[in-house]
Amino acid sequence: MNVSRRWLEAFFRRSLEPQDVSERLTMLGAPVDAVEPLHTDLGDLVVGLVEEVRPHPNADRLRVCSVNDGGAERRNVVCGAPNVTAGRKYPYAPVGATVPHGKGGAPMKIERAKLRGEVSEGMLCSARELGLGQDHDGILELETDAAPGTRLLDAVPFDDHRLVVDVGPNRPDLLGHKGVARELSASYRSPFRLPAIPGATGSDIPLSRRVATSGEVGGVHITIDDPEGCPRFHAAVIRGARVGPSPAWLRQRLEAVGVRSISNVVDATNYVMFELNQPMHAYDVATLREGSLVVRRAREGERLVTLDQVERQLTPGMVAIADGGGTIGVAGVMGGTSTEVSPASRDILLEGAYWDPASIRRTRRALALSTEASYRFERGIDRWGGADAMRRCIEIVLATAGGELAGAPLDLWPVPSNPPRIFLRPARAAQVLGVELPWHVIEQYLVAIGATVVSKPEDGRMAVDVPGWRPDLVEEIDLVEEIARLYGYENFPSDLRRFRVGSLPDASSERAAAAVRRGLVEQGHFEVSTLPMGPADGKTSVHLLNPLSASDGYLRRRLLPGLVRLVEANWANQVADVRLFEIGSTFELGQPGERPREERRVAAVLTGRREPEHWSGTGEAHFDLWDLKGRFEAAAALAIPGAAVQVERNSWVVRDSQGRTVGEAAPLAADAPPWAAPLFGFELVLDPSPRSATRFRPLPSTPSSQRALALLLPHGTSAGQVEAVLRRVGGELLLERIEVESDYRGAGLPPGMRSVAFRLTFRAPDRTLRDAEVDVAETRLLAALHSELGIQRRDAGTPPTGE
Amino acid sequence: MDDTPLPPELAALQERLRRVSGLGLAELEKEYVDLLGRKQGKVTKYLKLLAAMPLEQKRVYGAMANRLRVQLEDAFRARRLELKAEALAAPAEDLTLPGRRRWVGAEHPVTRVMDEIVEIFREIGFAVAVGPEVETEWYNFLSLHFPPDHPAMDMHDTLYLDAPPVEAEPAGRLLLRTHTSPVQIRTLLSSPPPVRVVIPGMVYRNDAFDASHSPAFSQIEGLAVDEGISFIDLKATLNHFARRFFSATTKTRFRPSFFPFTEPSAEMDVECQLCHGIGCPACKGTGWMEILGCGMVHPAVLKNCNIDGERFTGWAFGMGPHRIAMLRYGIPDIRLLLEGDMRFLEQYVP
Repeated sequence: MNVSRRWLEAFFRRSLEPQDVSERLTMLGAPVDAVEPLHTDLGDLVVGLVEEVRPHPNADRLRVCSVNDGGAERRNVVCGAPNVTAGRKYPYAPVGATVPHGKGGAPMKIERAKLRGEVSEGMLCSARELGLGQDHDGILELETDAAPGTRLLDAVPFDDHRLVVDVGPNRPDLLGHKGVARELSASYRSPFRLPAIPGATGSDIPLSRRVATSGEVGGVHITIDDPEGCPRFHAAVIRGARVGPSPAWLRQRLEAVGVRSISNVVDATNYVMFELNQPMHAYDVATLREGSLVVRRAREGERLVTLDQVERQLTPGMVAIADGGGTIGVAGVMGGTSTEVSPASRDILLEGAYWDPASIRRTRRALALSTEASYRFERGIDRWGGADAMRRCIEIVLATAGGELAGAPLDLWPVPSNPPRIFLRPARAAQVLGVELPWHVIEQYLVAIGATVVSKPEDGRMAVDVPGWRPDLVEEIDLVEEIARLYGYENFPSDLRRFRVGSLPDASSERAAAAVRRGLVEQGHFEVSTLPMGPADGKTSVHLLNPLSASDGYLRRRLLPGLVRLVEANWANQVADVRLFEIGSTFELGQPGERPREERRVAAVLTGRREPEHWSGTGEAHFDLWDLKGRFEAAAALAIPGAAVQVERNSWVVRDSQGRTVGEAAPLAADAPPWAAPLFGFELVLDPSPRSATRFRPLPSTPSSQRALALLLPHGTSAGQVEAVLRRVGGELLLERIEVESDYRGAGLPPGMRSVAFRLTFRAPDRTLRDAEVDVAETRLLAALHSELGIQRRDAGTPPTGE
Repeated sequence: MDDTPLPPELAALQERLRRVSGLGLAELEKEYVDLLGRKQGKVTKYLKLLAAMPLEQKRVYGAMANRLRVQLEDAFRARRLELKAEALAAPAEDLTLPGRRRWVGAEHPVTRVMDEIVEIFREIGFAVAVGPEVETEWYNFLSLHFPPDHPAMDMHDTLYLDAPPVEAEPAGRLLLRTHTSPVQIRTLLSSPPPVRVVIPGMVYRNDAFDASHSPAFSQIEGLAVDEGISFIDLKATLNHFARRFFSATTKTRFRPSFFPFTEPSAEMDVECQLCHGIGCPACKGTGWMEILGCGMVHPAVLKNCNIDGERFTGWAFGMGPHRIAMLRYGIPDIRLLLEGDMRFLEQYVP
């Protein structure tokens, strides 16, 4: 909401400091986003009195003026404006001054010039050249008593401040200057009243109120066919108005809030909207077919060209305004061109209605057309304020366009009601706020916002009739907030008091995530956070109804594809060493009628050098499969208690007790530049169950014995199979640990064989093992390997030939 | 006993103790063997001789000899360390060459901010709660007192799922949560007051990317519900947070605001961390930075969670760690936080 400082000042009849206003509004809950000084660029201009106008000797269209700028000498100014008249005052830009909008719209410095042989010292300016409007048909005539030479800004109140107020959806009353003035009045503790309208004769106009859905005013028959969509409708007819340009004061008000001046009648409706927050509409009575106006639901297929010259298709849910021939406006959103007020209009119908907010909201969404009017109706205007707004609007139209009121304005109100009454318990306010305020202070606050208060101390409560312009006040707690607001949030104490610790423990999933995160950071990975939206990834991807873009139409099922895209982006930046991970949610379609399956997962990718390059020559090797496996195993142990990494086809996986894959690690395909190292990645589902504490195992008190075992493995036999046999058979043989020392393939081995060397560690917990015991164990392990897998020691000579 | 003179054998050895500190490496080891060697060491041998002496002598000389042995051991150890340190200090290498490093990773800057916030609230009795990112309209809006078909909804441009409503839940139309507040409802429905939780998580809006907007960003929410909680507790706790998170002298201000699920509602500003209140482009000249929204839990919210709002009151807050990370680290564009550029992430190695 744009607020004009001058407009506000008119409510208080004194000047206001824009910074102070802005501070106060902010602390009352309507932060001011910007304070924009208006027309400060007019500082060079003065009031010029044209004393004489002569024809230009060498040009038919130009005149030579003698301008009094307050100095002793008269200035010679060549002027092309048709309206320049001797004895009138105009904005005068002397030589050396800058005019804000010269030719082409750019600021222009005025220089002494010769125009067709006549010297010109300065310039008389049009409204457009000063940034005061679009008018460029002539120079701007000033209505001022100020002496020639007076600074323009001192003579005419062009200078203003526009305060851009951030009004929350709960405070429609602040969308009008009166509402803002009311807040300031509560803050300044000084009264305010409506500004006087220049030329107005008084606004004590009686209204014809009808508890009915139809009525007549000034020969126009008005019907409400949809009282749900239109609970209240005000209308007035003014005959014999002269539609034309608005007076300067009205133009300035509207221009200060950023609204273009159109005509006196239209400006009057806009003025009322920005002052009283009641959007109004003006119709040319002559264009209303059959002299009727009907508020009804739109019909299928109805079309209408709205004031913005766009043809709109209406749908049955919308509320339309029609005349005897069809739709002429979208209620509360925008009128149509067919009944628009034009300079030829003589008889004007003014409309000021209360529209059902939800219906306006639906309509403007369906039409994708938000206007100043719909914005206000949607938030809820003052249902009881329409009469005053109508009177004000009539007053301005009569003052600026003349004409006369045709009959008493009509107020159709099929179901009259009163503003709501709320009961407030001051004790409840004290409970919520922690501060006990005297009853009279509470009353004072509520009265300041326009409420009527009846205290009933014997009941321990107050009866509060809230004002109609505050549709946000519907229950007791709403009043508690008002009390806090007017007491001032800054006045509440801020002492930490005793508290009870909550009854809930920490979410264990967050602990699990933190452990995994720490583990990966220690391994040199960087955490990233990516959007969960992307292209479809399989049939079970969850589709979004209203995605940001077609390529982001689905929710991710896995984290890895997103990480691969990040690696590619890093490669594009010539970054070769990339180690990333993400902890985030994934989504997958569930059964119809159920929530999608949502999981917290962790995924990591790695490519490039295994360690930073060093001058000594270390750090040249790239990450390989075994780095992947090591990191996968380490992360799996943190993510899923008791996770067992298994080999499946060409990758490593972890399965849960139901056999579902909950972890996977593999080399990854990517759009890699030729210099890129191989890319690896893994992904794990985070198990949210609480982690059990690590149990202590006694430290060994006896020495261990180690044996090296180089085995010949035929093609198709894996180290894992060997290890499984060793583990099973070795249990009772005091085999404590099995490590792989090497995997050799090459010369010196029988064809089709490779040699895998294991180191076995034996230990008895209660005594020092003797060599002979270990020998026996080794022999038995070899025998088991031979009988189960047909494996022999590498140094056992040639493999046995049948036995 | 102290005045008993050393036997001459020991007196000579005592003399050699004094010289240990001046020996070079090779001499030191020779001397060690000569004095303390297991078989031929002179002190060792003397100790062995003691066995044959009369009891009285054994007692006196034994103590002396053992003291000397310990002193010698200490002296040799000290001299050995000294020589080692000297050797290390010798300029055999060009010590200006760079050292060998390992890769170090880093948490995401937003995670770091989030953890810091959580930590401060943990100290004052809050636990961490989490909830799903796919929610129903009931949890995300209706239970939180959002009036249906009201402009308040416009503050939350929602991403809806193209999926049938959840049958078992009220108003089960599915969406991506637009704030972490549904977890307030889940928490209050599942556990009776006193409740003190902080709720970190990602939230989603149908917002196009620009320097300060992203369709996905983080939020952290806090909720305290108990008997006797008032606006004073809200103010005091959040002031405490601001002073812990920013600095002990950070100024704050609370101003009225609007959220459907709290009333009274407030916004907490902290003194601009760049200009310290003077006014700069970062704070749009106001000297303040908007940090969080908060308020007293609306009675309707408590009612929707079957909590007696006449007996229990509560307060809640919500803030955006992405935004706070941008403020704290001076990150100009939120997209940097969502792009995974290694050159950016490497700046946040602790």
